[in-house]
Amino acid sequence: MKFKLKIWRQKNAKAEGRFEIFYIDDISPDTSFLEMLDILNNNLISNGKEPIAFDHDCREGICGMCSLYINGRAHGPDDDITTCQLHMRKFKDGDVITVEPWRSAAFPVIKDLVVNRNAFDQILQAGGFISVNTGGVPDGNTIPIAKDDAEEAMDASACIGCGACVATCKNGSAMLFVAARVSALAKLPQGRVEAAKRAKAMIAKMDELGFGSCTNTQACQAECPKGISIEHIARLNREFLCAKFKD
Amino acid sequence: MSLSGLFLLIFLVVHVSINLLALLSREAYEAACAFMDTNIFVQIMVPVLALGFIVHIICSIFVTLKNQTARPVKYLVPNKAAASSWASKNMFVLGVIVLGFLGLHFFHFWSKMQLQHILGHDGENAYDLLVALFSQWYFCILYIVWVIALYFHISHGFWSAFQSIGANNSKWLPRLQLIAKIYAIIITIAFISIPVYFFFGLNNCIWIKQIALLIFD
Repeated sequence: MKFKLKIWRQKNAKAEGRFEIFYIDDISPDTSFLEMLDILNNNLISNGKEPIAFDHDCREGICGMCSLYINGRAHGPDDDITTCQLHMRKFKDGDVITVEPWRSAAFPVIKDLVVNRNAFDQILQAGGFISVNTGGVPDGNTIPIAKDDAEEAMDASACIGCGACVATCKNGSAMLFVAARVSALAKLPQGRVEAAKRAKAMIAKMDELGFGSCTNTQACQAECPKGISIEHIARLNREFLCAKFKD
Repeated sequence: MSLSGLFLLIFLVVHVSINLLALLSREAYEAACAFMDTNIFVQIMVPVLALGFIVHIICSIFVTLKNQTARPVKYLVPNKAAASSWASKNMFVLGVIVLGFLGLHFFHFWSKMQLQHILGHDGENAYDLLVALFSQWYFCILYIVWVIALYFHISHGFWSAFQSIGANNSKWLPRLQLIAKIYAIIITIAFISIPVYFFFGLNNCIWIKQIALLIFD
């Protein structure tokens, strides 16, 4: 397969970036998107050029490291997957593919397609944890938890913190990310205790870091690689309001 | 934002219910107008309603400005996520359209009726105003465009308000969205029925009056 790639290049965080055009051919339809970029980088290196910087780690869709805004969609043109799980067979031979980094005030570009997602860590540090030691697996299993609650908590825990929700949201809001953490912990007895405090602290941090506000467009859940639903945002709003009333 | 929105949604129901009385008869409509002018509860609610509008508008400006700063560099290829409805992405623009026409609405009706009463004058007859305004085709079209913008605004705003106060989950999301659509359609049709009724002169149509009498007598 042959492709024309339009890729964002930016030397460093302060430099001004621009789109650069690359041509690549002889790509197997079974190549993953990141492998295609590897091949492109190999070509660039052998021609003595600077390779394109992009984030990646586990390459099996569980680490949340790969990003990329491909042809107007976070993680590219397929549902419920990360970029490493996207294959070139999803494109047509000869396609023009535009690759952009996540765009958000809270995720500054470091280089080329790599953005700094440290803001997510800061939100987690503000309240996305349990303050006491809750023991190991046997201790956890001594507390019976209703199956529905366990499942909902598990669905929310599927969040890999990739930032696709922020990248997709027209307001650059991190509500789905925050909601997934708040929901996952609030549905379990160990996390329930601090639920109100957590919701307030994480939302305050999110606002402080320059993320936008949720206007319920539902774009985040459509692009979330883990299919996390906006019902968790409703729970976050509920926890937040209850916490504010208790103050 | 959501609470003021829900309040304004209730106001719309009251407003359109009174409008619909104009379809019934001149007497019913004038009686309702007189009731709205004199009832003490209504008099108390008028400033509350104005406050509801102001809170809603100020919140929306605040949220929109903040959200504008969240993505300083725009994407080259815009997001095509199918799940977001057109209305949800254009709530502010729709709100501005609704507000713009609201100014006109105030000029046409409120300034000639309620404002005159506040100033101690008699004001114009409400029913005559309706007949005069809706006999002009361009005003009818303007009015209908306005109500359609309102339709899109409330079809998203309705369920979105519940989501924002946390009164939602995966079971209720589709239900609320359906109720929102039904509510918006009913409100829209009810509002649009007024200019259509007067433009086509159905107020002078005898058999419609007789049907109305049969139903309500």
